[in-house]
Amino acid sequence: MGSSMSRFIVRRLLSMLLVLFAVSVIVFLVFNVIPNGDPAVRMAGKIPTETQVEAIREEWGFDEPLYVQYATMMKKLFTGETISYSNQQNVNEQIWNGLPRTLSLAVGAALIWMAFAIALGLYSALRAGRLSDRFLNVLALIGISMPVFWLGALMNYYLGYKLGLFPNGGYVPLTEDPLDWFWHLVMPWTALSVLFIGFYSRVLRADVLETMGEDYVRTARAKGLSERRVLLKHVLRNSLIPIITLWGLDFGAVIGGAAILTETVFDLDGVGQYAAESIDQLDLPPIMAVTMFGAFFIVIFNTVVDLAYAALDPRIRLEDEGSR
Amino acid sequence: MVPSHGEEAGASGTEFSLDAPEELSHDPAERPGLGPWRLTLRRLRRDKIAIVAGAVFVLVVAACLAAPLWADHVAHTTPEENHLSDQVVIDGEKTDVVDLRGKPIGPTWGGEFFLGADSNGRDIMVRLLYGGRNSLVIGIAGALGTIVIGLVLGLLAGYYRGRTDSVLRWAMDVIWAFPVVLLGVALGTALALGGLSIGPITIAGDSLAIPTLIIAVIYIPYLARPVRGQALALREREFVEAARAQGMGSLRIVFSEILPNVGSTLVVFLPLLVANAILLEASLSFLGAGVQPPNASWGTMISEGVDRIVTAPHLTIVPGAMLVLAVLSLNVFGEGVRDALDPRAKVRIEH
Repeated sequence: MGSSMSRFIVRRLLSMLLVLFAVSVIVFLVFNVIPNGDPAVRMAGKIPTETQVEAIREEWGFDEPLYVQYATMMKKLFTGETISYSNQQNVNEQIWNGLPRTLSLAVGAALIWMAFAIALGLYSALRAGRLSDRFLNVLALIGISMPVFWLGALMNYYLGYKLGLFPNGGYVPLTEDPLDWFWHLVMPWTALSVLFIGFYSRVLRADVLETMGEDYVRTARAKGLSERRVLLKHVLRNSLIPIITLWGLDFGAVIGGAAILTETVFDLDGVGQYAAESIDQLDLPPIMAVTMFGAFFIVIFNTVVDLAYAALDPRIRLEDEGSR
Repeated sequence: MVPSHGEEAGASGTEFSLDAPEELSHDPAERPGLGPWRLTLRRLRRDKIAIVAGAVFVLVVAACLAAPLWADHVAHTTPEENHLSDQVVIDGEKTDVVDLRGKPIGPTWGGEFFLGADSNGRDIMVRLLYGGRNSLVIGIAGALGTIVIGLVLGLLAGYYRGRTDSVLRWAMDVIWAFPVVLLGVALGTALALGGLSIGPITIAGDSLAIPTLIIAVIYIPYLARPVRGQALALREREFVEAARAQGMGSLRIVFSEILPNVGSTLVVFLPLLVANAILLEASLSFLGAGVQPPNASWGTMISEGVDRIVTAPHLTIVPGAMLVLAVLSLNVFGEGVRDALDPRAKVRIEH
């Protein structure tokens, strides 16, 4: 058992590295083979002369073969020396600057959406088939049908601009003024949470209803446990596993770039918005760095969830081995 | 990676039972002897909400198809025509389409400028209908693309197992490791600049085919994984064994024996995929990486509107509401289809 688990971990970590490598190669190639993408021409200014372009090409190493350029870029990425082509800023510093903003958004929103999803999902399940359940179902479906940037823009306009309830975008560091930090993040948290609340509450509702039909729940009731205890100890605990899994995956995804729209519409200037701006300028070094950063978080959280499952359920480890 | 274990972990992808759900079969309306598809249709027909939602979506599609009729006979303009210096009569008073401070008129609820004008003096209603065509075309074509590619990859991986499976699963893991929107935006921006040329096929940078293709690729793992899982289970069944014993070739078994049995998965996925593809198109367009001018879509309209939300909020509200209506109706209809086919199916798609 011990060895199958460690073999599983090693295999997972290897495949993780391989995936990250593939991601980096794909991004690098996409931005190198596109026409009009020549960074030397773009850096040389509006009306570049041939000699200027040549000089830049040589200085930045654009005349080297692609694999050499790739190797240099990856080396710089890991030593933190990556420099943007468009404004010559250090990319790592920019990501460090954006990280607390993205993390504030992701952590807060994740707590909000989980709390609301559990409350609403459980309530729906207990009221299954009644009017309040149907009403919540409709709300949840509307939630998953709305583009987050549209909802965000409307919140900005009505709650921020018209009513003046919340500040209109922007970010204040937590260490500077905790209250203002919170106040600036209320709308982004809400906008980002809506989709997940809609989705998770429906998953939880279905799982609770399924669990309530299980034999061990009937046994617990027959033992004379209070309904409350049956619900919390037996039903909820087991129904939570699927949405906690989703939680792990989505949290990784939100840090890794899924918040790009929310950050942009609320002008939080986090890592996602930095990515959007860099892509707009076809600035390869930050695009590489941010994509790798995002993919890293996604892959890490996927792997953690996967390992947790494998630790709990030996069948997964064995099946994985068998299928390769 | 969890995605590779989607089926086992119950985290993503679908879990479909291969047999018709028994708990519904003692319904008097479901006479024995009806095929599974007929049964599904019967159940769906009794789901009033799903039928209404389906009808709403058909209406949206019909309205967008009728865009030229509205443009020619009611609004008397085209989606690109500017009316910056024109005036319209509202309540007997002549009003500038776009006033001196650049504020466009809001909805007139009359033939011309039914839903108001944008800051170039273009008719919003006409643009909404024409833009909807692009959103819908991309959504539907993107979803079909995902289904075709995801289906073939999933079937091959599940049936052949071994090395084919490993390679395909790994490729899916790579797609999955990309942040969805980030991947879409990066590809969209890069391709919009130079277009795409694969051998003899050349696609221009502003072509609708580019966002369609990107969306199709991004959603492949969501479909390929559950199909693979089903193919893995189906290949051990007796009828496949019988086909093998008769000397049928592998490819023929995959496409004539296994393919028909994953049909329900595809039917459940299609409306939800279209809904998510429409949403993703809007997101890409919002970040400038989706539909490129002169084409419009609901996404580009919202994106233009957000910049001017303070002077003219209807520019944001109108296309967004239309998009939500289309996506919501598809989601509700899709849920009805899923319940009718297999209530225990767990489908997960992100946008």
